[in-house]
Amino acid sequence: MTSQVSSEAGEALLGEQRSAPAEARNGAEKEVRRLDRVIIRFAGDSGDGMQLTGDRFTSETASFGNDLSTLPNFPAEIRAPAGTLPGVSSFQLHFADHDILTPGDAPNVLVAMNPAALKANIADVPRGGEIIVNTDEFAKRAMAKVGYAQSPLEDGSLDGYRVHPVPLTTLTIEALKEFGLSRKEAERSKNMFALGLLSWMYHRPTEGTEAFLRSKFAKKPQIAEANVAAFRAGWNFGETTEDFAVSYEVAPATRAFPTGTYRNISGNLALSYGLIAAAKQAELPLYLGSYPITPASDILHELSRHKNFGVRTFQAEDEIAGIGAALGAAFGGSLAVTTTSGPGVALKSETIGLAVSLELPLLIVDIQRGGPSTGLPTKTEQADLLQAMYGRNGEAPVPVVAPKTPADCFDAALEAARIALTYRTPVFLLSDGYLANGSEPWRIPEVADLPDLRTPFATGPNHTQADGTEVFWPYKRDPETLARPWAVPGTPGLEHRIGGIEKQDGTGNISYDPANHEFMVRTRQAKIDGIDVPDIETDDPDGARTLVLGWGSTYGPITAAVRRIRREGGHIAQAHLRHLNPFPKNLGEVLKRYEKVVIPEMNLGQLATLVRAEFLVDARSHTQVNGMPFKAEQLAAALKEAIDA
Amino acid sequence: MPETSEPLLHLVPKAQAQQTMKDFKSDQEVRWCPGCGDYAVLAAVQGFMPELGLAKENIVFVSGIGCSSRFPYYMNTYGMHSIHGRAPAIATGLATSRRDLSVWVVTGDGDALSIGGNHLIHALRRNVNLKILLFNNRIYGLTKGQYSPTSEVGKITKSTPMGSLDAPFNPVSLAIGAEATFVARTVDSDRKHLTEVLRQAADHNGTALVEIYQNCNIFNDGAFEVLKDKDQAQEAVIRLEHGQPIRFGAGLGKGVVRDPATGDLEVVEVTPENESRILVHDAHAASPTTAFALSRLADTDTLHQTPIGVLRSVERPVYDTLMADQLDRAVDQQGEGDLAGLLSGNDTWTVVG
Repeated sequence: MTSQVSSEAGEALLGEQRSAPAEARNGAEKEVRRLDRVIIRFAGDSGDGMQLTGDRFTSETASFGNDLSTLPNFPAEIRAPAGTLPGVSSFQLHFADHDILTPGDAPNVLVAMNPAALKANIADVPRGGEIIVNTDEFAKRAMAKVGYAQSPLEDGSLDGYRVHPVPLTTLTIEALKEFGLSRKEAERSKNMFALGLLSWMYHRPTEGTEAFLRSKFAKKPQIAEANVAAFRAGWNFGETTEDFAVSYEVAPATRAFPTGTYRNISGNLALSYGLIAAAKQAELPLYLGSYPITPASDILHELSRHKNFGVRTFQAEDEIAGIGAALGAAFGGSLAVTTTSGPGVALKSETIGLAVSLELPLLIVDIQRGGPSTGLPTKTEQADLLQAMYGRNGEAPVPVVAPKTPADCFDAALEAARIALTYRTPVFLLSDGYLANGSEPWRIPEVADLPDLRTPFATGPNHTQADGTEVFWPYKRDPETLARPWAVPGTPGLEHRIGGIEKQDGTGNISYDPANHEFMVRTRQAKIDGIDVPDIETDDPDGARTLVLGWGSTYGPITAAVRRIRREGGHIAQAHLRHLNPFPKNLGEVLKRYEKVVIPEMNLGQLATLVRAEFLVDARSHTQVNGMPFKAEQLAAALKEAIDA
Repeated sequence: MPETSEPLLHLVPKAQAQQTMKDFKSDQEVRWCPGCGDYAVLAAVQGFMPELGLAKENIVFVSGIGCSSRFPYYMNTYGMHSIHGRAPAIATGLATSRRDLSVWVVTGDGDALSIGGNHLIHALRRNVNLKILLFNNRIYGLTKGQYSPTSEVGKITKSTPMGSLDAPFNPVSLAIGAEATFVARTVDSDRKHLTEVLRQAADHNGTALVEIYQNCNIFNDGAFEVLKDKDQAQEAVIRLEHGQPIRFGAGLGKGVVRDPATGDLEVVEVTPENESRILVHDAHAASPTTAFALSRLADTDTLHQTPIGVLRSVERPVYDTLMADQLDRAVDQQGEGDLAGLLSGNDTWTVVG
């Protein structure tokens, strides 16, 4: 079955592949083959429910215990014109019996719900791959719409593939005829038929999906049952039809995971949970001020569902009010957060500068997307790094923290909160569209193991004047952290006024004194420079001469590429940055250990620019800005080129 | 959603001891231009605060940018001098997260109506528990004399040597249109009137917008002279009092009546025949129609027939209260949040060693 585990196979081909003896089920004899990993892509019209189908298959796969990684890919339009190439929505899922890092470069199986989905995705499927097509949609007009003069199902263009022509629409309608639904209503369940078929092919557990459908359509039991029926019909179709002679098993990835309880989680969900956990660990109420923007809105949606944790979510009139309200709540003693994407950060810049000047804790969550301007709202990019670093007037340093995988968004949120609270500063949390919507298994942490984030408020005077009077100075700093006291309204005796005008060191009173301004600018910078961040770790088993340095969501593809190179005998060291500002203290020393440093990024070389400026290292930049994550194979080739250069 | 009409001020702790005006003066030197109307407003606010009797650590003044926005530095309470136009947004975050605070916004015509117009109207429609003092001097003072969104058409300023082209906002009309539940207008130099308006604003549940006509003696001196000069004021100012007939002028010889044909308001000479038709001011009218019509009586150029006092004061659910109620209801329905339960969700699997 090498065509299933194609030559595109990414990471270690660990799994043993064998044909199992035929199994008997319901009297039907069918062969079962074992695979170590599979990449499936569901593709259809934006209205076909492909994201839901993918989500469900992912949940089934997660509960079965495979390692997995997902890549949803959808247009910015809610319902692009039906049957057109721009309207195609897809969901790719990679699952395995071992530890994997990416959603996979190329699908082994493509489910194409219409001609547009086939046309838009076929180039990614290697020859020998399996293609399941909904033949009902391959009418002349629909094919002509996407430029098929002849049917690709008949003209031989798919000869190198294993094509399963399935009249999905007809079969679904047929299966639902006793439900008395209109043709249009019945048709809508065809994604569940496809899901049922794929669930049979890969031996997925089905109880979860049935329970999900019944709960999703709890108010429309007839629709719920129709969907369950379509789902089962798809399963039975696989089991009974001769065209599907083989089904596959991908064993649970037990060896890949440390002991523990797991769930599947997307980046935005993990980030939302991280914020709730941070507030809990800080014993502060969580306050989110936000304005809806793709791909960050899901965090607003999620947090708004957890008011029983004391979470306040405020959907503001604009991006500026979103961060403004958050900053007001921070002044009042909340763990304050604003969530947005690049265009929103641009609007919030002035308020971020105010937060720098006020020295209040504030989390700015930027789920990066393709830019500039509106750019590619539903696609991923890492091009806001320099905006986060420098996108403000004046010297306004802000710490920057980046998660590396969807599940890691949880830990990154806690880390960003730690820095904000300890140092009384706004902090950027730079996620991206790929992390936000992608998902992977997550080992659920024990609450007792989460960091203690409690930060004491100021309660009394902190300064004695020459005449012996005890007073409160809002800008008298902690000598260790350089953080100023956080004195919240309601505390008697600590009444004070703060603002965006330059302040006198200590008292916080307005000061236009040149020497004081110089001191304050340098002190604010020193505070950020002095933030305690862990050293960067290097993975270098072979004493390599080339180091690949990454940050953020490129972790998966870079690590997969590094594994490929090492498997083929190449030597490369890997390091990944969580802290972009300040950099880990040992970063310069690590970089200088290597002859060559390669920095892959989904931008035009923003980290490379920072690294070159900071360390005078001749870092080589490898960049991609096509709105998609790196493919491991292409990245491996680029790294090899760098090693050999 | 049940809204109790219990005063929200009750959520703010009271002062332990009798306060005086001096308690509210900060140690900072007041740096407005000599003769600025802001001094009078500051004195009126500092003078009124002891009457309110709140713990001063539970009072916060938030401002934007502009001359008036230096106000918080002079109040010995908590305060934030923020950025241009954003004070209502920042104050919204503070007020909605801390219902034990009395939150005041100090802003100007440029800050509130130009760069911060969006935040102002949205605070008003939400009815956040904020008291907004809008110092309107019809000019940009801090940037040294450009026309503002309340300047009269044709105003000659540094940026409009041939006269400004913009039609001005009427802040009271704007606020009423933005669903404000409390809208008042007063004048810097009339300490008694200003204090009475502050009193009513402080007592109001929800957003209170108080427009204060304030003289900028450097860049727009005398802008409100017609309302202050004893001789002219009689004809120019319409003092509104809830439950009283709307009459003004020498010997209260003028009154406001409704034109039965159009429903518009008009000013008439009061006669025995029309006296019964003189409108009685109802600040609590559910419909904003008459309050809006009253706000339109003033001539934007001459300010003749300018109503002052509380134009509108109605009860509507307060955003902060609704937000807090939802949190309470969530706990009632789902119980206190359980972090371990949240993180686990319903769909887990276990890997054993």
